[in-house]
Amino acid sequence: MSDVKNILLVGVGGQGTILVGKILSNGLLAAGFDVKMSEVHGMAQRGGSVSNQVRYGKEVFSPIIDKGQADILVAFETMEAVRWSPFLKKGGQMVVNDYRIPSAPILTGQADYPEGLLEALKAKADTTVIKAGDMAEALGNPKAMNIVLFGALVKKMQLSDIDWPSQIRDNVKPAFVDLNLKAFQAGQAAV
Amino acid sequence: MKKLLTGNEAIALGAIEAGVVYAGAYPGTPSTEILEILGTHKRAEIVAEWAPNEKVALESAIGASIAGGRALAAMKHVGVNVAADPLMSFAYSGANGGLVLISADDPGLHSSQNEQDNRQYAKFAKMPMLEPADSQEAKDMVRAALEISEQFQRPVMLRTTTRINHSKSIVEFGDITKHPKKPYEKAYRFDLVPAISKRLHYELEDWLVKLAEYSETTPLNYIQWNGKKIGIVAAGAAYQYAREVFGTKASYLKIGFSYPLPLKKIKAFAEQVDALYVIEELEPFMEEQIRAAGITCVGKDKIPNTDELSPTVVARALLGVEPDMVEVEAEAVGRPPTLCAGCPHRGFFYQLGKLKDVVIAGDIGCYGLGGAPPLNAKDLCICMGSGPSVAHGLQETFDFFGENKRVFGVIGDSTFFHTGMNSLLQIAYNKSPVVTCILDNRITAMTGHQENPGSGFTLQGDPVNIVEIGPVVRAFGIQHVRTVNPLNQAAMKETLAWALALNEPSVIITRWPCALKKYSEADKKEFGDHFHQCVVDAEACVGCRTCVRTGCPALRFDKTAKKTRIEPSQCVGCEICLQVCPKQAISAAGKGSK
Repeated sequence: MSDVKNILLVGVGGQGTILVGKILSNGLLAAGFDVKMSEVHGMAQRGGSVSNQVRYGKEVFSPIIDKGQADILVAFETMEAVRWSPFLKKGGQMVVNDYRIPSAPILTGQADYPEGLLEALKAKADTTVIKAGDMAEALGNPKAMNIVLFGALVKKMQLSDIDWPSQIRDNVKPAFVDLNLKAFQAGQAAV
Repeated sequence: MKKLLTGNEAIALGAIEAGVVYAGAYPGTPSTEILEILGTHKRAEIVAEWAPNEKVALESAIGASIAGGRALAAMKHVGVNVAADPLMSFAYSGANGGLVLISADDPGLHSSQNEQDNRQYAKFAKMPMLEPADSQEAKDMVRAALEISEQFQRPVMLRTTTRINHSKSIVEFGDITKHPKKPYEKAYRFDLVPAISKRLHYELEDWLVKLAEYSETTPLNYIQWNGKKIGIVAAGAAYQYAREVFGTKASYLKIGFSYPLPLKKIKAFAEQVDALYVIEELEPFMEEQIRAAGITCVGKDKIPNTDELSPTVVARALLGVEPDMVEVEAEAVGRPPTLCAGCPHRGFFYQLGKLKDVVIAGDIGCYGLGGAPPLNAKDLCICMGSGPSVAHGLQETFDFFGENKRVFGVIGDSTFFHTGMNSLLQIAYNKSPVVTCILDNRITAMTGHQENPGSGFTLQGDPVNIVEIGPVVRAFGIQHVRTVNPLNQAAMKETLAWALALNEPSVIITRWPCALKKYSEADKKEFGDHFHQCVVDAEACVGCRTCVRTGCPALRFDKTAKKTRIEPSQCVGCEICLQVCPKQAISAAGKGSK
């Protein structure tokens, strides 16, 4: 239909998908693309499933990514990869964080965290699994897992030419710049 | 300069560039950020204020307009219901300084109790309406709305939807123009008594004729020709979805000025294409007017009027095309929103949910989650401010029929100030034994921590007198009022029993800050500046799961080991699990600070 690329970031409220969406969309804007980004606010943020959707190309119309459209789906949490998998384009890629956040029915023992999700994803889609939580923890702060995943995303989408370090500097607190730059490098190297 | 901005950021920028001098709002998703951003500007640039509710916000904006300044009021779709009284009548008076009402609708109910289509309000109130389709238009249309408002002396609605408010797209910054104040003149049109309003209605009809002519010529409504087979009439997000699906295979009449509609332009457009599609989200607002003008079209006979649209929904409805999806053979467990770890509402609902023969009428806010498992406490919720008054009607009717039920009206601090005070006055005045519980978490939490008359700060964060709920309630003549710390389970339980033993109106104020709140100095003084994280003694834990039935997301129940564990990254030391544990297996050992 068009040259528009669709990047879908999914996770759980509080995982930092919004920051990645912000860095990503500002970098794409600086690189000369038309960009649209959508995010979820309000009630859904209270521990719910969240998505951040970035579309870029020559001219972008819809601000949302629809089912069967994502060129790449980056899941910050494993179960969320499954939940959002219908949004992946046939032939699209997935980057999945091997990281579990149990939801309310699991926490209270009404349901179990499903097993075999990574295998099920790999069976149907080009899936790269990384342990971004462990990698970020090794760098000193598990919260930087979002930037590890961002590094992997940039590599997979062949967007490495954009000046991401300056975007990271512009969008994170000065005290966390070094950590996040390392996390970004680690993410790129992991895929 | 160009930047990626959300629709709300763009609207705020538009207001600044166009010289708005007064902006008021009550927080409500998806409109909240507009005033938050305007509140970052100095008072010399713009007077931006949180109002107790939307009616008050609009009325103050009306005052600003009558005084001769440019004014803005922002609210979510259901907020316009609250503001409908001044809106319907001010539409007769008309503006002096330009007045724009931002109505932020929520098709798809991302964070709302209904998905009403507020475009109907424009027609209902007979006021012009603009609908942006991206952030650039959102910014530009604020200025356009103010200019139209002044040219035609009408208040103007700028109608957005969640996908416009919360999506980012590129915006080119413009110049800030200082707009001169219009003189204030005592004019008959602002004094709505019957004889004047009767005359104003005639004048309003004349203005509508002029506005319809304007709609035919404004560049806000324009045609993009691609071919003569399919012609599409669309506005807002629906226009973007139409472009996404039909690309250059259709021509578009893009509607930016959507009331009154440019019916002559639409008719001429329809005559040049083989088929006319009217693609709109929710109600057939444009379609009904287009059909009434004798123009044949395809619309809601194919496109659903429920839920939000998307390219998939449009393609399915009009082209019969289904998306080609990857089908993974696995299922994700649901992830419903929950009360946060340490939420003070948990301690309240945990005790309230145990009571028998009670009905709990809730309200709009995070405590709406008090009806979800495992707390299962709240019975119902209708709209903001309705908790106590709906409870009153329930109680009166149960009592009338001699049914043995006690009713609780549950409301928050910000919602109490919004319209809950009137609700409680009903109980005080008509004396029903409803137990009104005001969950005072010291902030407007659900929409992301906005200040309110009880929080001690203005929109700009300037200290201001705190309106205390207790004295307000007592001033209504309610004799039985208690304030309790909802985290203290024994006190919470005892307080509920105290209220149930009364046969007169009573009020329980649960007072503890939202777990996510950044404590003010006053908060630190009142609630302490540190907490003790909880830990489970695995030896003592018998796996009874009493603690997990509080629904705290910091608790992890290990089914294999049959033990609970507390996630240290989440626990903020509310100590509710510690109090409910029948085996005293939980202790508050760790340390944390606010």
